[in-house]
Amino acid sequence: MSASTIIFYILAAITLGGAILAVTSPKIFRSAIYLLFSLIGIAGLYFWLNYEFIAAVQVVVYVGGIVVLIIFSIFLTAGAGGDMKDPVKVRSLFAGLACLAGYCMVYFVIQRSEFIPALQPSIGSEVKTIGEQMLSTTTHGYLLPFELVSMLLLAAMVGCIVIAIKTRTAK
Amino acid sequence: MTDSLALVLVPGLPIFGFLFLSMIGKRYFAKQSGLIGTLLMLVSCGIACATAYKYFFVTGMVDGVYQHQYAFKYVWLPFSETVSIDMGAMMDPISMIMIVVVTFISLMVHIYSLGYMKGEERFAIYYSYLGLFTFSMLGLVLSTNIFQIYIFWELVGVSSFLLIGYYFDKPSAVAASKKAFIVTRFADAGFLIGILILSYYTGTLDFDTMIARLTMPGSELTAISTAGFLGISALTWGLVLVFMGGAGKSAMFPLHIWLPDAMEGPTPVSALIHAATMVVAGVYLVGRLFPVFALSCPAALDLVAYVGIFSSMFAAVIACTQTDIKRVLAYSTMSQIGYMMFALGVSHYGGEAGLGFTASFFHLFTHAMFKALLFLGAGAVIHYVHSNDMKDMGGLRKFMPVTHIVFLIACLAISGIPPFAGFFSKEEILTAAEHNNALIYWCAIATAALTAFYMFRLYFSIFWNKEYVGHLLHKKDNHHNDHAHDHGEAPWSMKIPLIILALLSIGAGFIPFGNFVSSDGRQLASEFHLTAALLPVSLAIVAIAAAMLLYGKENTGPGRIAGGAGGLYRGALNKFYIDEIYLFITKKIIFGFFGTIAAWFDKNIVDGFMNFLGMVSENFSDLLRRMQNGKVQTYAVYVFSGLLGIVLLMVFLWT
Amino acid sequence: MKDIGLSHFLIVSTMLFFIGVYGFLTRRNMITMLMSIELILNSCNINFIAFNKYLFPHRLDGTFFVLFSIAIAAAEAAVAIAIIINLYRARKSIDAEDADSLRL
Repeated sequence: MSASTIIFYILAAITLGGAILAVTSPKIFRSAIYLLFSLIGIAGLYFWLNYEFIAAVQVVVYVGGIVVLIIFSIFLTAGAGGDMKDPVKVRSLFAGLACLAGYCMVYFVIQRSEFIPALQPSIGSEVKTIGEQMLSTTTHGYLLPFELVSMLLLAAMVGCIVIAIKTRTAK
Repeated sequence: MTDSLALVLVPGLPIFGFLFLSMIGKRYFAKQSGLIGTLLMLVSCGIACATAYKYFFVTGMVDGVYQHQYAFKYVWLPFSETVSIDMGAMMDPISMIMIVVVTFISLMVHIYSLGYMKGEERFAIYYSYLGLFTFSMLGLVLSTNIFQIYIFWELVGVSSFLLIGYYFDKPSAVAASKKAFIVTRFADAGFLIGILILSYYTGTLDFDTMIARLTMPGSELTAISTAGFLGISALTWGLVLVFMGGAGKSAMFPLHIWLPDAMEGPTPVSALIHAATMVVAGVYLVGRLFPVFALSCPAALDLVAYVGIFSSMFAAVIACTQTDIKRVLAYSTMSQIGYMMFALGVSHYGGEAGLGFTASFFHLFTHAMFKALLFLGAGAVIHYVHSNDMKDMGGLRKFMPVTHIVFLIACLAISGIPPFAGFFSKEEILTAAEHNNALIYWCAIATAALTAFYMFRLYFSIFWNKEYVGHLLHKKDNHHNDHAHDHGEAPWSMKIPLIILALLSIGAGFIPFGNFVSSDGRQLASEFHLTAALLPVSLAIVAIAAAMLLYGKENTGPGRIAGGAGGLYRGALNKFYIDEIYLFITKKIIFGFFGTIAAWFDKNIVDGFMNFLGMVSENFSDLLRRMQNGKVQTYAVYVFSGLLGIVLLMVFLWT
Repeated sequence: MKDIGLSHFLIVSTMLFFIGVYGFLTRRNMITMLMSIELILNSCNINFIAFNKYLFPHRLDGTFFVLFSIAIAAAEAAVAIAIIINLYRARKSIDAEDADSLRL
């Protein structure tokens, strides 16, 4: 039981604990904060795997962007006050059963399958390598998706503004 | 003119009259509809008489036996290759006699109604119904197939219903027509079962084939005679049930209750239907199946005889007390038909022993004449007096001379006084009874005396008894029928049929009937025993004298006798309470007991089951409705669960 | 690193996934539904990274997939928030139980 194993389990516990608390907490603001912890836990897992760049992106975008956005919207919709209403009992029962069944199924599949690790050496995950790969047009290059994602972000921005704009009503 | 064309026209003209007058004539030819109907009937009668003449004198007889000839026969409804309902016209002695009788009496009634029903609002409808009835009756007697006779049997019942209920704004008429239809329909249920029994064992519905199979020794005859139910053979059941149908139509006891009430219809209708034609349908049916009755099932024939004689006596006793003249005539009809029935009942098949058969149909023929005459004459009286009751009449001989004479002729005929027609036919019946069944013979003699008594009671009460003062009150009367005539005797349109029928009542007796109709088709020489005739004739004369004493002049004799007879008189006056018994059975037992159980079952179990189905369906749809509640997360649960199911299937269970 | 195999990561990500699904199906507030969706997306990201690390260390496909997934998730969250705000303005409520008919 080396230290990295223990650290992995701690990080996994943070992630899953935060997730469970996020979906069951009756106070919405606390739910958002638990989500934040869960995402930080995931970033920790990425760090543990030595994918620093991804971990950084995770922290910056998810934690710093999306959770902040969620908190903004909580304030905007005035829901941060008291407790939220309880979920519908029947549905939560069926949902719980379905999730349990699904988890068992996937667990079973995972147990059954053999994962053969690759024999080739690792390519490394420095920022330089990631950048070269992403912006290259040869094989295993991801330039096209990169450009498309940027256009998608533009479309999303414009769409958000259009949807959420307050139309000026004639007075 | 070929036979098939003739026998299509004979019923075809009246039914054309029905269709034409009811659809077009009502609108455009209302005044002339009587003439149209009468003209059609005249042609039909002429063709019928010509066809009968041709059959009897030219083509019918082969080797001394009258043949069953078919004018036409075609398959109408085939059930299988062997069993089918055919529609056809059969020519044999009894059907030819019947078409002559039916068309002739119908013609007389048509002419009479020109005067009697003049000014009626629904004149055209009346004549159309008469046409329908004549068509149905002719179809009945020309039937070749037992199911065809059943179809026309029902048609006759419908026409009778329409005609009895002609004055449909009178509740008593409506009730009477319903009663007639229901009682005969009830009897026809038995008839249908009898048809089914007979046709099941013989494998055919055709009359000639069925009679042949039931009278020749063979497999069908043994099968039907050995199969039994409650100890009685299937053949007896079949014939008894068929006779039940005939008894209903012919107003035999205990299915006679409709006939007196049926007098609510117009009097010419009573003359046509309830005297001469429809009520003899039962006699005709037994006559048609006579070989089976006589050769294979004497027990059923005995039943026919005893029912006939009992009805005859029963009706004669009641008729002595009734005061409504049409009721007296109705009971007299029942009595005379009883005569025809028991004449068939005591007859055997073939030769001398088959005298009863000939006598029955001879009496049918003559009875049609004088009974129609009696009814039409009564109609003339009612037309004059505007009342049915004997108490309002009396001394009418001065005011209605023609009617008086013809009525007297008819009464003499029905009493069996020579040389009128009734004497000859009654003599033959009594001779046949004497040869075969002493009990029936003596009962028949007694009934003949009673017949003479009550008929002359009727005659004297109408035309003698007291002085008629009704015409002095007439100025204060209001006429409910809008007749625009002065109160003389009947118009010529009413007198002509009376005169013709009176002549026939005198002359018809001299027809040598045995040369035409007999049980086996061979000619039967009519015998005439003077000595045998003495007893009934003298009894009749005594009865007439008694009636003259009691009713010729107004006196207290009848009152004293009625008081002396006490219970018997009251019973007879109330028709022996048969109607009350029927009402009790239907109201208390059938409606009260079975009816309430059936109603409970229908309301709770049948309706309850339907309600239950509706409730199940409603609840199920309610359940389904919950599935679609508009909430995204619910749908997401369904999607996710379905996805899990598919994954389960594909990953784990699919090989 | 040797003790923790691929299956450990897969189990973690699976549990996260189903927690996210449960939350999505159960939570009444639309914003918390959105949070659950983020959890689901993150579990998929863990999956990709884990497979990339253990089975295909010579390639970077998983990494890129995760990068783009994060970007797209951000865009999607923004659009979802915009819709929720619009709905809030129309109905004055962000309870998912109240949004059950297409017409107001």
